[in-house]
Amino acid sequence: MQLWLIPAFPLAGFLINGLLGRRASKGFINAVAIGSVLLSFAWVLKTIMGLGDVSSRYVEHYFTWIQSGALQVNFDFAVDRLTVVMLLVVTGVGALIHIYSVGYMGHEGGYYRFFAYLNLFMFFMLTLVLAANYLVLFVGWEGVGLCSYLLIGFYFLRQSATNAGNKAFIVNRIGDFGFSLAIFLVFLNFGTLDFGGVFANVPGKPETLLNTIGLLLLVGACGKSAQIPLYVWLPDAMEGPTPVSALIHAATMVTAGVYMVARSNVIYIHAPVAQEAVALIGLATAFFSATIGLLQNDIKKIFAYSTVSQLGYMFVGAGVGAFSAGIYHLVTHAFFKALLFLGSGSVIHALSGEQDVRRMGGLAKKIPWTFWTMLCAAVAIAGVPPFSGFYSKDMILAAAYQRAPWIYWVGAITAGLTAFYVFRAIFLAFFGAYRGHEHPHESPPVMILPLAALAFLSLAGGFLFDVPQFLERLFPPIEESHDVTLVAVSVAIGLAGIGLAALFYVVKPSLPDSLAASFSGVYKLIYNKYFVDEIYDAAVVKPVVNGSRSLLWKGVDVGLIDAGVNGLGWSARGIGGILRLLQSGSIRSYATWVVFGSVVLMVAMAMAGGVR
Amino acid sequence: MNLLDLVLLLPLVGFLAGLVLPRASEHLIRVSALVFSLVTFGVSVGLGFGVRAGEQFVTDVPWIRSPNIHYHVSVDGLSVWLIILSTFLTPICVAISWKYIQSRVKEFYAFLLLLELGLVGVFAAQDLFLFYVFWEISLVPMYFLIGIWGHERRIYAAVKFFLYTMAGSMLMLAAIIFLYNRTGTFDYPGLMEMLSSGRLSLSGGEQMLLFLAFFIAFAIKVPLFPLHTWLPDAHVEAPTAGSVMLASVMLKMGCYGLVRFCLPMFPGAARSCAPWIAVLAIIGIIYGALVAMVQPNMKKLVAYSSVSHLGFVVLGIFSFTQIGLDGAVYQMLNHGISTGALFILVGYLYERRHSLFIKDFGGVATPAPWLSAIFLVTTLASIGLPILNNFVGEFMVLQGSAQANYTWTVFAALGVILSACYMLWLYQRVFYGAAGQEVSSHVHDLSAREFAGIIPLVVMMVWMGVYSQSFLPPVSVADGRVLDQTKVNVRFQVKTPALKSQTAEVARVR
Repeated sequence: MQLWLIPAFPLAGFLINGLLGRRASKGFINAVAIGSVLLSFAWVLKTIMGLGDVSSRYVEHYFTWIQSGALQVNFDFAVDRLTVVMLLVVTGVGALIHIYSVGYMGHEGGYYRFFAYLNLFMFFMLTLVLAANYLVLFVGWEGVGLCSYLLIGFYFLRQSATNAGNKAFIVNRIGDFGFSLAIFLVFLNFGTLDFGGVFANVPGKPETLLNTIGLLLLVGACGKSAQIPLYVWLPDAMEGPTPVSALIHAATMVTAGVYMVARSNVIYIHAPVAQEAVALIGLATAFFSATIGLLQNDIKKIFAYSTVSQLGYMFVGAGVGAFSAGIYHLVTHAFFKALLFLGSGSVIHALSGEQDVRRMGGLAKKIPWTFWTMLCAAVAIAGVPPFSGFYSKDMILAAAYQRAPWIYWVGAITAGLTAFYVFRAIFLAFFGAYRGHEHPHESPPVMILPLAALAFLSLAGGFLFDVPQFLERLFPPIEESHDVTLVAVSVAIGLAGIGLAALFYVVKPSLPDSLAASFSGVYKLIYNKYFVDEIYDAAVVKPVVNGSRSLLWKGVDVGLIDAGVNGLGWSARGIGGILRLLQSGSIRSYATWVVFGSVVLMVAMAMAGGVR
Repeated sequence: MNLLDLVLLLPLVGFLAGLVLPRASEHLIRVSALVFSLVTFGVSVGLGFGVRAGEQFVTDVPWIRSPNIHYHVSVDGLSVWLIILSTFLTPICVAISWKYIQSRVKEFYAFLLLLELGLVGVFAAQDLFLFYVFWEISLVPMYFLIGIWGHERRIYAAVKFFLYTMAGSMLMLAAIIFLYNRTGTFDYPGLMEMLSSGRLSLSGGEQMLLFLAFFIAFAIKVPLFPLHTWLPDAHVEAPTAGSVMLASVMLKMGCYGLVRFCLPMFPGAARSCAPWIAVLAIIGIIYGALVAMVQPNMKKLVAYSSVSHLGFVVLGIFSFTQIGLDGAVYQMLNHGISTGALFILVGYLYERRHSLFIKDFGGVATPAPWLSAIFLVTTLASIGLPILNNFVGEFMVLQGSAQANYTWTVFAALGVILSACYMLWLYQRVFYGAAGQEVSSHVHDLSAREFAGIIPLVVMMVWMGVYSQSFLPPVSVADGRVLDQTKVNVRFQVKTPALKSQTAEVARVR
């Protein structure tokens, strides 16, 4: 099957553009970058055709990566139905975003660098989903983090961008710390890192062990998928170019944590505490970040917090045992959130860089394609039936109700908040009168076409791709309730959110300000994102840096250890100076010392003898 | 005369040739050094093909009758890559010093080749006295490299480096003489044979004292916290080539000594000290990283990062597991490649801006994109990004230490987070942002010679990260033998948590 070709095409694209791109023409760069992703997409399709219905796992072995004692890690790829879903999303949405970027990045410097990084990202992401063991997955995992770092800091002249890049990498490293500890524990107890070998032996292992592994994996997933308490990097990641936000920070990379949890579903099923933790963290993140999304004014930040919130939804799905529902939401979210970001990119492009929704308005007539496509995404994310988000969200909520009704209720309220903030952005940007000073212009076809394709997928993706049915045999069955009331309630809450947004931002625009004035405390708290960044800075970053500087370096290293060493040196010199006095060169003083020494020696010997 | 003897002879001939060549013909001296070091490297690669199992390329001839000292050299999987690392880096050091060193050119290259001789000799020696001789030989040229071609505080740093190392060497010499008095031989394989057959039996106290004497000598060289304070000074003051050889190879003399001598000769003492040493190693990992983070000087930052990285090596060694030991040896090589590259790149920056202070840079990426790209790859290798070399070593060390004691791994793995902090922060402050007046007027991209000096290292980073099978199998064989010896020679019972998991690991391997 030559699975390795799937990531190899983008890798070749990265190498070609990275090494030669500086002197190459834009046409050449486009051909290499987009061509490699399209080839990869084609190879995915060919692979799927070749594998038939992919009913069993197909593994390819390439070479031994690390071998020592009992440890043997192979560079292996494997395909099962879960991988197929991920491959299609990554290469399909990835190809669309590559095409869109040709238009969006057309006027930017470092054009070749952008596409080289984007190709490198595709390579690592495809490695991640194809991996047949935890360590190869970790290769992709760290690699996509690297590309995220590079692309967030793409505008490296801006310090805010490079700060955000560092923050993303380091926060992810904290997650990876947990992930790697889980890997060590897996090898210690299973003697292998291969998915097949590990999952086959999970039943029968002690529950505490599985809970520990599950929780450590969750730490990793929280880093990559921006869950509480490690979500803080994702909103800052919006410093990167908008196509990056769409591809990496919405559609693909940030869902890697969900993928990893779903991949490890056998462990989580046997680790009730860890699975509960997945659900609770997901739920808390979904609700908490949705509230922050309510009051953001930067259009990309709104959707960033929305992404954090939707990822939380996926975690809830996995956490309540509905893994396929979580993956379902991953797929539909890839469509509508990529579209929301690309649409905002089109808006930003139209307004020459303006990102503040307060300085938009009335854009529906000026950039109609962007407006209509974004509207498709908005109804999809708001859970309006029969669009894609409705299917997946409804499935997660139904499964959550089976686990615990209160999870359902929190989830449903979050859905209402989601509908509200998305439509708030839509209304502020596209309705009313234009409040800015630019001359909005519609984006070129190369950007509109991907928007249209994603709009179609956002609307129809739900019933076109029945992901849960496709994944049926991979995961334990979902205990579903077919209670129509639950569906009706959650849809009603979503619609109420839209209605409220319309009331606030179309019908009676003075309402938000008066509300903000009367709840100013809460408003300030949420507006400032609960001061989480400030708290982390004061509680972790500053103490570590200052402590290292004044206590460890200046205190322990220079003040204590080195001062001690130098003191030893000086005292040796001092003793030498005293001893030098003995070497006076005077025969008489030598003779005195000889006599003195002999006496001391004799006394000592006598005493030693006496003791004996 | 076999390949190994040739690898030892060539630097010596090159050194002598350098002394004979006229002082004025600097270009000729440089070319001569380059040719000799390249040929040495070419020959040494042959060693890599030769070593697949056990000891190879043995030469054992009497040197001094009384005391009974032999010229006994050989290579095995433990030493072969370290020898090749030394011969690999020497021509690179010649190339990067081409323009950097403009005074006393003749002496500089002579000392560099003498240093190479000492380093190769240390790794090849199978006679304890010969080992000691090479150990000291390597010390002298480094002392002069720092003291003559260093920066402002070079004398202080050179003396500190020399005295620190000498203090340890004296202890080691005493231990070597003690062993000679007991056995009448300096021959290392002979001593090992006596130990395993029981003809040489050390009491618990003797073993502990001998172990400590060797251990302290090696720990200073590694350097293990808290014996590390000579390192930042030596690195900051040394010229680039000195820093490269110091970090990449000389520090490995200590690590190598731990594996070669401390573990197999005094296994009981080593095992009973292992928990303490592991704790020091872990402190070194975290402490080195935290102190590196706040350094204003790039070379000092890299120096403290070495303290952190070498903590991993020591942790792997004292995990007493096959995986940990293999990882430790691999990590020695990885650190040699990636930290060597970091020092070379910092040297390139210094040659442009004549400063080592981070605050004097910023925005280098704009005028020097290739330099920045290669620095980035090296940074990523250094912080253990998968498919680059350090990841493989760190992973194995942490997995091995997890087999010995999972808690160690939990704390040691913190170093992986911190390494990202200090390296990325460094990278941001040096390369990102807008280029200031000084940077944009002085900093230009790499020349062909500079490319030639760094690209081989980048290739190695990828090669060692992707296909470790080119290097690991002989290492595993040698480490397996070391571990077997640590089981044979145990004379007194030690109770450590490491012991229990060790037996489990052995059972699994068999």
